[in-house]
Amino acid sequence: MPSVQHQHPPQDRPGTIRTLLRLYPYVKPAVPFLILGAVSALLASLVALAIPQVLQVLVDGPLSTGDASAIWPATLLVIGLGVLEAIFIALRRWFVLTPGTHVEAAMRNGLYDQLQDLPVAFHDKWPSGQLLSRAVSDLGLIRRFLAFGIILLVVNVITIIVGFGILISMNWILGLIFFVCSIPLWIYGFVFEGKYSTIARRSQDQAGDLATAVEESVHGIRVLKAFGRGKHALKNFTSQAEDLRGTEIEKARAIAGIWLWLLMVPDVAFALCLVVGVWLTAQGELSVGTLLAFFATATVLRFPVESIGFLLSMTFDTRTATDRFFDILDEVNAIRDPEAPVTITDPRGELHFDDVHFRYQDSPERFPDLVDGVELTLQPGETMALVGLTGSGKSTITALTTRLYDVTGGAVRLDGVDVRDFSREELRRHIAMAFEDATLFSASVRDNVLLGRPEFAERSPEADAALAEALEIAQAGFVHDLPEGVDTTVGEEGMSLSGGQRQRLALARAVAAKPAVLVLDDPLSALDVDTEALVEAALRRVLASTTALIVAHRPSTVMLADRVALLQDGRITAVGRHSELLETNDHYRFVISSLEDEERRDQARQTDRDLFDEKEGVNR
Amino acid sequence: MSVTGVEGEERTDFSKEESRQIRQRSLKLLGSLLRPLRPHVVLAVIVIVFSTAFQVAGPALIAIGIDQGLPALMKQDWGPLGLVGGAYLVTGVLGAVLIAWYTVLSARISQAVLIDLRTRVFLQTQRLSLEFHESYTSGRIISRQTSDLDAIRELLDEGINGLIRGVLYMGFIGIALFTLDWTSGLVLVVALVPLFVLTRWFQTRSQRLFRESRVASAKLIVKFVETMTGIRAVKAFRVEKRNGKEFGDLTEDYRDVNARVIQLFGIFDPGLVLIGNVAVGVVLFVGGFRVIDGQMAIGVLLAALLYTRRFFDPMEEMAMFYNSYQSATAALEKISGVLEEKPSVPDPVKPVDLWEAQGTVRFQGVRFAYRSDREILPQFDLELPAGQTIALVGSTGAGKTTLAKLISRFYDPTDGAVTLDGVDLRDLHPKDLRRAIVMVTQEAYLFSGSVADNIAIGKPDASFDEIVAAAKAVGAHEFIDGLPNGYDTDVNKRGGRVSAGQRQLISFARAFLADPAVLILDEATSSLDIPSERLVQEALQTLLADRTAVIIAHRLSTVAIADRVLVMEYGRIVEDGTPDDLISGTGRFAQLHAAWRDSLV
Repeated sequence: MPSVQHQHPPQDRPGTIRTLLRLYPYVKPAVPFLILGAVSALLASLVALAIPQVLQVLVDGPLSTGDASAIWPATLLVIGLGVLEAIFIALRRWFVLTPGTHVEAAMRNGLYDQLQDLPVAFHDKWPSGQLLSRAVSDLGLIRRFLAFGIILLVVNVITIIVGFGILISMNWILGLIFFVCSIPLWIYGFVFEGKYSTIARRSQDQAGDLATAVEESVHGIRVLKAFGRGKHALKNFTSQAEDLRGTEIEKARAIAGIWLWLLMVPDVAFALCLVVGVWLTAQGELSVGTLLAFFATATVLRFPVESIGFLLSMTFDTRTATDRFFDILDEVNAIRDPEAPVTITDPRGELHFDDVHFRYQDSPERFPDLVDGVELTLQPGETMALVGLTGSGKSTITALTTRLYDVTGGAVRLDGVDVRDFSREELRRHIAMAFEDATLFSASVRDNVLLGRPEFAERSPEADAALAEALEIAQAGFVHDLPEGVDTTVGEEGMSLSGGQRQRLALARAVAAKPAVLVLDDPLSALDVDTEALVEAALRRVLASTTALIVAHRPSTVMLADRVALLQDGRITAVGRHSELLETNDHYRFVISSLEDEERRDQARQTDRDLFDEKEGVNR
Repeated sequence: MSVTGVEGEERTDFSKEESRQIRQRSLKLLGSLLRPLRPHVVLAVIVIVFSTAFQVAGPALIAIGIDQGLPALMKQDWGPLGLVGGAYLVTGVLGAVLIAWYTVLSARISQAVLIDLRTRVFLQTQRLSLEFHESYTSGRIISRQTSDLDAIRELLDEGINGLIRGVLYMGFIGIALFTLDWTSGLVLVVALVPLFVLTRWFQTRSQRLFRESRVASAKLIVKFVETMTGIRAVKAFRVEKRNGKEFGDLTEDYRDVNARVIQLFGIFDPGLVLIGNVAVGVVLFVGGFRVIDGQMAIGVLLAALLYTRRFFDPMEEMAMFYNSYQSATAALEKISGVLEEKPSVPDPVKPVDLWEAQGTVRFQGVRFAYRSDREILPQFDLELPAGQTIALVGSTGAGKTTLAKLISRFYDPTDGAVTLDGVDLRDLHPKDLRRAIVMVTQEAYLFSGSVADNIAIGKPDASFDEIVAAAKAVGAHEFIDGLPNGYDTDVNKRGGRVSAGQRQLISFARAFLADPAVLILDEATSSLDIPSERLVQEALQTLLADRTAVIIAHRLSTVAIADRVLVMEYGRIVEDGTPDDLISGTGRFAQLHAAWRDSLV
C-alpha cells in the first residue's frame, strides 16, 4: 500500500493557506497579471451590483409617476453597464490566460528536473504512476485554481461583502436578516475543510495507486497472458477501483452537504425577506423600488454565495495537489555535486575501491553491509571481471562507480580522486555503463547510441564514424535492416526489438561514449553464442586501451578480462588470472564452471597453453 | 473511407464521414454504459427536475408577494403573503434537499459508469494480443486507462450535471416567464438566436483544439513515464539536460494548446454575459412602458428581470464544463477505438474443455506473418510428442520465439493450426489452455506485492508451503530467505534491488508452481549465474520428466537434458534430431556445439 506511507498524518499538516503560499515562487511572475485579473473581475462584479440601483431609481421615479420619457436613458444606462460588465469579464480572462499556463509549465518542468536529479534510490521507492499523477492531474488542478479559482474566491468574497453593505444600506432589517442567515454557511464551510481535504487526498492517492495497477497490468502483460492470470489481475484492479469508487462517493456526500446549505440558506433568507420586506413596504418604511432593487441585488449575490462552496472545495483540492507536488520537491537529494568539483581533463582511468561499504537504508540491522569492505584496484587500461553469485552485490558495486548510489563507507576513486568530488556530469562522462536490462529511449537508433556524445553536431562525419564503429563493435548490424536504418525510432514508441538486440544497442551506446572507464553489467547475457563470440572479439579491441569493469556470469565473458575479482559475501576474496583462480579457488570454480571437474582441468590446461602461445607470439 | 479501432488516433483531419463514424462509435459505447443504470438515471432525473422547478419558483413567488401580498396586507390581510412566504420556504428547502440527494445519486451513477468502463478497457487490454501491444505501445494504452478515463470522469462528475441542470433551469425559467408575461418571454426567445450562433462558433473552434490538447498531453505522458522507468540510463548517460529540454518543448506545446483553449473561452464567456445583459435591458425597456400603461404589474416586471438575469447563469457553468465535454468526447473516441479492436487472438466462441492435457503439440501447415505481411515462419509441419523435451536453437531472429509464441497462443498462425492433444488451440478453453501451457520469458516481470504473491501467480490458491517448495525446487529459497522480510518482502519497494537473475528465479518458481503439461522456456535462465543455472537444470530434469517442454536457450547447456534438438534458421527448421546424433554430425548444430564447448571452462 504505497499510499499509506506517502500520507502525512493530518495533525502535522500546515494550514491550507500556508501550503498554498508555497506556490508563491512559481506564481511570482504571474502575480501582476493575476492582480489585474482580480481587479477586472471585481469591477465586473461591482458593475453588476450597480444595475439594480438604476432599477430602484427607475421604479420609484418615472414608473410611479408615469414618465415614459425617462425609460429610454435608464434602459440605455442598464445596457451600458451590462456591456461594461462583459468587457471586464473578458479582461479578467485575458489577463490570467498566459501567466496561468506558464506557471503550470514551469512547475511541471521543475518537477521533471527534480525527478531526474533525485537518486535512483528515490525511484526505487516511488512507482511511476504516483509520479505521473502529480505531473499531470495535480498540476492541471493547480493551474485552474490560479487562473480561475483563487481570483473568483477573492473577488466573490469582496462582492459578497460589498453586496451586504448595499443591502444593509437599503434597509438594515432586511440586510441583517440576509446577513444572519448566511452565518451558518461560513461555519459549515469551515467544518467542510477538514472533512473534505482528507477525503480528497485519499481519493488522489487511490487514483495514483490505480494508475500504478494499470501500468503493471500493461508492462506485465506477457506474464499475465502466459499464466492466464488476466482474471486475477482484474480482481486486484477491481478491488482498487472499488476502493476509489467508495472514496469518490464519500466525497460526493461531503459536496452534497455543502450544496444543501449553500442553496437552502439563501432561499430561506429570500423567503423571510419577502415577508418582512412586503410588510415593511405596507408600513411605508420601504419604497417599492427599494424592495425590487433589494431582490435584484440579492439575486446578483446568489452566484457569488453559491460559488463559495465549489471554490472552497477547489481550494482544498489544490492544497492537496500542492502537498503532493512538494512531497517530491522537498525530497532532499543526498547525491549532489560537490561545492568545488575537481576536474580531470584527461583521466588515466585508474579505478580504486577503497574499503567500500554499502547498505540500503531500509536494510534491517541483523544483515551485514551488502558491500562489506571491498578493496580493489583497476590499473589504467586493465580489464577486470567481477564474478560472484547472484545477489553478492556485483551490480551494486558497478552502480557505486557513477554514483547511482553513494557508498555508505570508504570511497571509490578515479585517478585517486573520490568520485564524490567530481561533478556528476563529469564523472559520468569519464565512466560509461551498460546495464543488463537495456533501456532504449523513444528516439532513433542513432540518438540512442550517441546518447553519451552530446558534443557531436547532428549527423557530422565524426558522429557518423563513432556511430558506425560502436555498432560494429556491438555487432548491431541488424539496425541497417530496420525500416529506416539507423534513423528508425526504437523504444516505447518505436520498433520493438528483442532483448539481445536491445542489449547490443546498449553496449554500442556505452562504447560510443568513449569513456576512460567502461562499466558493463553482464552486457552480453541475452546474446546467442555466435553473436556473443563476435561481440567479444570486437570488444577486445576497445578494452585494450580502456579500463573496464565487467560483471560476468559466463566464462566466455571472463575471458575478456586481464584479471578476475571474486566477490563473496560483500568482499573481494580473490583476485587473479582466470586460470589461476580456476586451479586454486574452490568457490570460483563453483561460481563460474559448468563442467565436470575432470573436463575442467583439461580445459584449463588448454587455455593456459593458448594464452602462453599468444604471449609468445606477441613477444616474438 | 472508414476508420476502425485505434487506427488514425493521432490524426486531427478527419473527413465528415469518418468523424460521424467515430462519434457514433463513442455514442454507442456511452449508451451501453448507461443502459444498465436506467432506473437510477430515471430517479436522478426525476429528482433533479423537481429540484430545479423548486429553485426556479422563487421570482414568481416574489412577484405574487408584491403584486398580491402587498395590497392584501394594506388591508390587514396576512393570508396571501403568509401563503407565498410559506411556499417560498418549502420550495427553497425542498430544492436544496433534492439537489443534495441528486449530487449523491449522480455520483453513484458516474462511479458505476466509470468502474464499468475501467473494467472493460482493462479486460480489453488483457484480451488484445501481444502483437497489438507491441505496436500500440504501453504508454498509449496506459493513457487510455488513466488520463482519458479522468477526462470522462470529469464529464460525468461535472459536465453532464452542469448540462442537465442548466437545460432544466433554462427550460423552467422560460416556462415561468411565458406564464407570467409572454412579451418578456419573447425577448428571451429572440436572445436565443445570438446565443445559438455564439455557442455554435465556440463548438466548432474548440472541437479541434481539444483533440490537439489530448495528443499533446499523451506525448508528454509518454516522455515522462519513459524517463522515470529508464532513470538509470538517463543518469548514466547524462541525458538529464537534453531530456529537460525535450520535455520543456513538450510542456510548451501542451501549454500553448491550453492557452488557445482558454483564449476561446475568453471570447465565449463574456459574449454570453453581453447577450444576457442586453436582454435584461430590453426586458426592462419593454416592461417599463407596459408598467406605465398598466398592462404589467410591477412585481411581474421584477420577476421578469430576475428570470432574465438568471436565465444566462447556467450558460456560464455550461460553458465551463463544455471543456470537460470536449475532452471526454476525444477520450471516449479513443477508448471506443481500443474497445473496437478485434483481438487477433480471440477467445473461442465454443470452447473445448481439456481437463487432463497429455501435452502433444502439433503444427499443421502453419505459416506466420505479421500484419505487415512480413513472413516470419514459412509453412511447416511439426509434431512435439507428449513428454518430450525439445531444445530450440538458432541465432537471434531465426524465429524461435515466434514458434514458442505460437505454442503458447500469444500469436495465432496466419495459416494452418497449432493443436494440443488434437484440439486446435483457438478452440481450447482459455482456462485450460493456460493451465496446460505456460511460457516463461526472459523479461521476468515482477508485480508490486510480496515475493510470495509473485510466485503465487503460477497458482493463485497455492498454500504458503507450496510456494516455499516451488522456490526451493528452483533454488530461489536461499536468496528469498535472505531478503529483509523473506517471502513477505515487497518487491516493488526493492524493485531496483532484486537482480535480473533473482527475478528469473522467481518467475521460474512461478512456472514450477503452475505445473503445466507443456512448459516453454524462452531464455528463461539467461541471467542466472552458473550455480543457479545448475540447480535449475537439475530441477528441470525431474520437472520435465513427464511433460512436454520447449527450451530456447543461447547457452547450449540445456541441450544436455533435451531429448531432441531443433535448429532454426531464417524461420525454417533446418535440423531435427537427438542431441547425440546432431553433435556427431557435421551440420549447423555440430558447429554451434563445438563453439559452445570451447567457450566453457
